Amino acid sequence: MNFWANIFSAGVSNGTALLFATMGELLAERAGVLNLGVEGMMLMGAVAAYGTAAATGDAWLGLLAGMLAGGFLSLLHAVVVISLRADQVVSGLALTFLGAGLALVLGEGLASARGVPTLPIYSIPLLDQMPFFGPVFFDNKSVLVFVGYLLIPILWFYIYRTRAGLHLRAVGEYPAAADSLGIDVYALRYFYVLAGGVLAGLAGGAITLSITPGWFSEFTTSGYGWIAIALVIFAQWDPVRAAVGAYLFGSLRRFTLDAQGIQNVFGIANPFFYDRNLQFFLEMLPYALTILALLIGSRAAIRKRLGAPAALGLPFVRGERGTL
Amino acid sequence: MSEPTNVIAMKQIVKRFPGVLANDHVDFDLRRGEIHALLGENGAGKSTLTNILAGLYRADEGQIFINGQRADIGSPRDAIAYGIGMIYQHFMLVPSQTVTENIILGLDEPRFFLNLPQAEKRVAELSKQFGLHVDPRAHVWQLSVGEQQRVEILKMLYRGANILILDEPTAVLTPLEARELFATLRSMIAQGRSIIFISHHLDEILEIADRVTVMQKGRVTAAGVSPKGMTKNDLARLMVGREIVFALEKKKMDAGAVALKIERARALNDRGLPALRDLSLEVRAHEILGVAGVAGNGQRELSQVITGLRPLVSGRIHLGAYDLTNKAPGEIHELGVGHVPEDRLGTGLASGLSVMHNLILRRYKQAPIAQGIAINWHTARKVSENLVTTFEIATPGVDTRVGALSGGNTQKVILAREISTRPDLLVAVHPTRGLDVGATEAVQKLLLQQREAGAAVLLISEDLDEILAISDRIAVIYDGQIVGEMRTDEADIEKIGLLMAGAN
Repeated sequence: MNFWANIFSAGVSNGTALLFATMGELLAERAGVLNLGVEGMMLMGAVAAYGTAAATGDAWLGLLAGMLAGGFLSLLHAVVVISLRADQVVSGLALTFLGAGLALVLGEGLASARGVPTLPIYSIPLLDQMPFFGPVFFDNKSVLVFVGYLLIPILWFYIYRTRAGLHLRAVGEYPAAADSLGIDVYALRYFYVLAGGVLAGLAGGAITLSITPGWFSEFTTSGYGWIAIALVIFAQWDPVRAAVGAYLFGSLRRFTLDAQGIQNVFGIANPFFYDRNLQFFLEMLPYALTILALLIGSRAAIRKRLGAPAALGLPFVRGERGTL
Repeated sequence: MSEPTNVIAMKQIVKRFPGVLANDHVDFDLRRGEIHALLGENGAGKSTLTNILAGLYRADEGQIFINGQRADIGSPRDAIAYGIGMIYQHFMLVPSQTVTENIILGLDEPRFFLNLPQAEKRVAELSKQFGLHVDPRAHVWQLSVGEQQRVEILKMLYRGANILILDEPTAVLTPLEARELFATLRSMIAQGRSIIFISHHLDEILEIADRVTVMQKGRVTAAGVSPKGMTKNDLARLMVGREIVFALEKKKMDAGAVALKIERARALNDRGLPALRDLSLEVRAHEILGVAGVAGNGQRELSQVITGLRPLVSGRIHLGAYDLTNKAPGEIHELGVGHVPEDRLGTGLASGLSVMHNLILRRYKQAPIAQGIAINWHTARKVSENLVTTFEIATPGVDTRVGALSGGNTQKVILAREISTRPDLLVAVHPTRGLDVGATEAVQKLLLQQREAGAAVLLISEDLDEILAISDRIAVIYDGQIVGEMRTDEADIEKIGLLMAGAN
């Protein structure tokens, strides 16, 4: 495998966890609910998945536990922001702290667990023989990577081509209109926040049980939850763009490692090879981009131009002015 | 002759809200193939009554019969199942979705996959059948207000609604669009549908309604009478319970020096798109300039750049000798600009604070209310109580929360605050929107008094009748520009209507 195939192959694997979390956040935001607690839900999913797998010896059971844990945390957010109409930013941040804190306590000692099962790895015959694309997409991949491939067209079709997707978009854009036509705005918002939590939990479980197996406390997710939120903005709330973004961000992480191993680029000495102190700048890249995306996304006017759901972040109260 | 069948009969409907009896044993019936107007001031109970039919509220007492059968309407979904479709004043459309997507939103069919081409065909057929022209594949944000209203009507027809309720449908339309709507409504009743038409425009009711029911303070004062042979004054008396003076007394007055001068103003809207495109206008002392136009053509942004709430991209704004361009809102006010904003409770007032707090918002920094860094509450109270008396604000006291007052009284609080500092320019945006006849009259009189006192008044309104009644000159705004100006006494309604619609 050459240099780039290596990077993108790792990118697709890393990106799969990112993909699940991003798709989850995308669904919640499409329904009008911002959930900044993705990092917390992912950590809870990661620890629940790894802990359950270690205790039962069944990786699939672990994955299920991870999804349930993420879903449970997201329900807290749903109650606080949908029923109690609290500020979504504040509740989401609180959820990050809660999820991360709980995960670190529950994960105490898990780092030394031995013999924890992982999810199966497959190669697709014939397809894996393709030059470049074979190793990048089809050779020696976690089963969840393939689940990710399926999820992309399914979600796209669901959002744009089904009745349920139409309702989802309406609830995020103009809940009062949906309400006037008999659509249960609250129920749908609960459902999609929950779906977002389950997917974030799945993302956490994918990391500990498959992509980089093991429990490394808060470094397990290493900020993927925040990157996912930024990716939703980058992707302009579109699942296909979100998937491309997830794989590219995953690749970027690997690139920052591999780039330190090259001596010369086009005959010019690679500063990252010769000065190890510069590696911080490389490792900073994905996070610097995340901060940039979040800055952009926090400006309401820009957000609107990017096509954010018009009712994103606003609680819905039937018949009240000032709510969309 | 046989008795015409009632498609709807509401009997002895009672609906209570905390502290208010919104519907007090109301009877109402609708015959097949008629337009039945529901007339009343704000708070008379018209909306409550129709919201009960639309399934938003449940009646506390009383019975509803649909086609002679007892009906139980518990939700908007039930209402649609009974064939009742409500068209709200604020359109219930998702701007980012297409016309067809909006129309099939919330329907049980299709169960799973959207078959848009098939739905688009049905929408096109319906729009042809009723003369409701609109492109089924256009996105709603691309449509004019008139077209959006057609989508709302199509939405209900698509659901098989036989009974349509229209809540003040002409409030947002140009005169031409209103005429098209009336033609559509007539074609619908000709095809056997029945219509409830809510309005407080008396001319419209005389023009379109077969029968009219008038409500006042939750009770019916005239049930299903024919408006034939009635005059505006007859209807107004039934609605208000007293005579209304339709012709306001407008003294003849010569305009003074130029007060407000806007030169080639450019500004962006909230989406960052151009809202004002090189807009120029002048308003003189002793003059009311009425800005007419269909909503969303830059009116909001115009009022905001003058009052400092929105930055100018280029251009200049002067008030007399002062340059207001991109000054802070507080400074602009101190230079002599009063503002009656569009959104009363959001922008105009701090709705959670008391009447007194709101009344002193413009002057608490100056003596006598300010005493050094402290506020002299004794003086503040006296000043507020004086304003409440002078401006006839109906409030239990100056400590009442301003959000608890009626629409007319909240508007009077704003006017009292803005006028009492004697501005050289008063910017009034939709000052009478949603107010009843009595309150409208009071607000319009106050604007005329300002003119007599020597102020320049910029009146931005969607109500053409209001502009014709009180302004000296009319400027028509379209797509961020003034596309025509004329003296009111030489104004031609047809021409204004065309200008509003963007025709040159």
